[in-house]
Amino acid sequence: MSRYVIRRTGAAIMTLIAASIVIFAFIHLIPGDPVYVMLGDGATPEQVAALRDRLGLDEPLVMQYLIWAGNALRGDLGVSIFFETPVTQVIAEGAETSILLASVTMVWIILIGVPVGILAAIRQGTLIDQGLSGLAMLAASLPTFWVGLYLILIFAAGLGWFPSSGYPSIFEEGGLVNLRYLVLPSLALAAPNAALILRLTRASMLDVAREDYIRTARAKGIRPTRVVLRHILRNALLAVVSAFGFTFAALISEAVVTETVFALPGIGRTVVQSILRRDYPVIQGVILITVCLYLVINLIVDLSYRYLDPRVELE
Amino acid sequence: MLSVENLVVSVRRGPEIVRDVSFEIAPGEILGLVGESGSGKSMTSLALMGLLSPGIDITGGAVRLDGTDITHLQPHQRVARNCGKVAMIFQEPMTSLNPVLRIREQLEEAINVHDPRAGPERARELLDMVRIPDAGHQLNAYPHELSGGMRQRVMIAIALACRPQVLIADEPTTALDVTVQRQVLGLIRELCDSLHMGVLFITHDLGVVAQLADRVAVMYAGKLCERADVGPLFRAPLHPYTNGLLACLPDPESGNAAFETIPGAAPRPGAIPEGCPFSPRCNRAQETCRSGPVPEAHGPERQVAVCHFPVRQEAPA
Ligand SMILES: Nc1ncnc2c1ncn2[C@@H]1O[C@H](COP(=O)(O)OP(=O)(O)OP(=O)(O)O)[C@@H](O)[C@H]1O
Ligand SMILES: [Mg+2]
Repeated sequence: MSRYVIRRTGAAIMTLIAASIVIFAFIHLIPGDPVYVMLGDGATPEQVAALRDRLGLDEPLVMQYLIWAGNALRGDLGVSIFFETPVTQVIAEGAETSILLASVTMVWIILIGVPVGILAAIRQGTLIDQGLSGLAMLAASLPTFWVGLYLILIFAAGLGWFPSSGYPSIFEEGGLVNLRYLVLPSLALAAPNAALILRLTRASMLDVAREDYIRTARAKGIRPTRVVLRHILRNALLAVVSAFGFTFAALISEAVVTETVFALPGIGRTVVQSILRRDYPVIQGVILITVCLYLVINLIVDLSYRYLDPRVELE
Repeated sequence: MLSVENLVVSVRRGPEIVRDVSFEIAPGEILGLVGESGSGKSMTSLALMGLLSPGIDITGGAVRLDGTDITHLQPHQRVARNCGKVAMIFQEPMTSLNPVLRIREQLEEAINVHDPRAGPERARELLDMVRIPDAGHQLNAYPHELSGGMRQRVMIAIALACRPQVLIADEPTTALDVTVQRQVLGLIRELCDSLHMGVLFITHDLGVVAQLADRVAVMYAGKLCERADVGPLFRAPLHPYTNGLLACLPDPESGNAAFETIPGAAPRPGAIPEGCPFSPRCNRAQETCRSGPVPEAHGPERQVAVCHFPVRQEAPA
């Protein structure tokens, strides 16, 4: 147990350090003086001096990094240049929307991708399989914004079943019912990823079904459903679980588009606006948090892999 | 008693892979099935098991176990109908066990199906039967923690959990090293005797057959070309193909280093010659061999060869 966990965690921390250096360096890669870039042309010398001081730009580079990283470790990501409020607060405002959006999307991906993939595999070669695989191909190839716009056209503008944009917090009036604002965006975001998981589940099931040990299982005389669930599915899920980490990475970038299409007050929108405003501390903060999340999720995937696959221990 | 009568196995919309194969296996008897690669040995055994892959079917003949027709039944259907059982072990012990389940789980799964009332000690008992030392500990192991020989023993234990009348072993020792191979062969012989179980033992290795089997069937291009008890077959093969195979065996006495081979290659399904399928490679073949049905030639005891011009050795004076 322990050695594997320690090694995986150590690797994640090393990655985080490397990523943080890149994120830190980003502000110094801006051509010209970052302070002028951030403040724009109309800045007064006092404002420039104040920002310079606040960012610690006069310290040696290594010191600057250590101070920045040290602050980040304590949860201080600096102050937004546009809002003049702590970056963590700016991010926190979009966090509820983004976290809920990602979670609901993940639920769709698992709920649709895995069972439908199993169905397609069991019915391999039939019309059901061909229909589902064709649909998956289509869903995987359509751009998220396009799917989003069509969902709005049909289910919001046309049928009026769901709201087309915005998201009031579940802590405000309406409570959990406000989640209906996230149905269409999460479906748009889930579509291409669920399609990928579907195809992966199907392919992986068919691969495993050809293994010798599946023939052994059948030879025992156990029921076919049990062969599928206990022997084929269990092994096929190994490949699917390891794909969830990558799915998450895809979600992050596609979420920016989705939040824009559905006008959701999430972190994706914060990022887009911060880039337009050249609010570098906020951009840095969002990227750092995203990297952390990504590493944590992949660590969880790796560790849960151990419980699914006893062979991992030896490697 | 397992009896296979005129079995035909074909690829759907394709050639026949097994053609008109008949043999019997009595309880406590080991039948060795030999033949070149691709001659249809595995297809025959999977057909007996009811485990042919989709797209390959039994298109003729019957498989009976103690009189009950089990021809088209898959293993779980045989369990449901409570008819006789055939169990099987495979060539690759490395890939024949599910890598994510403990030995105990894989063994108990078979026990639960065939012996629902057996207690938890049954799994241990089975491992003891196949001579796995420290059975209690090995039950909790995963397949990757065991050696090839141990895994093949586990496979045998799983097969025995099905309480089979007949055990099919498809090249069970090809992937094992020589000493382990001998142990596993010894174990199969012993279980066959003590459990009074019929065994169909498939191999390329005539040496193993000579040691282990009671009777032999020789397969060529999907057909049996000769069936006999081990003694007569090795002493005086009737079919020129069997004769050729035996000539390929190294003979330590003559110290002959030059390897004999049968000229040519075995035909592939779908491109099998008319008449006797061996005729193009046979040095005794004549015009009659190349078309029409081939008669059976009988030798002493129960020896039968499908041949126009069987090899008749001069009886030693
Ligand atoms: N799915 C398939 N479709 C068509 N032909 C097949 C298929 N699987 C096997 N065959 C053919 O069936 C023939 C018999 O194969 P089989 O596996 O029974 O041979 P074998 O005697 O067991 O050979 P080996 O000693 O190599 O195991 C081979 O010629 C093979 O090419
Ligand atoms: Mg074979």
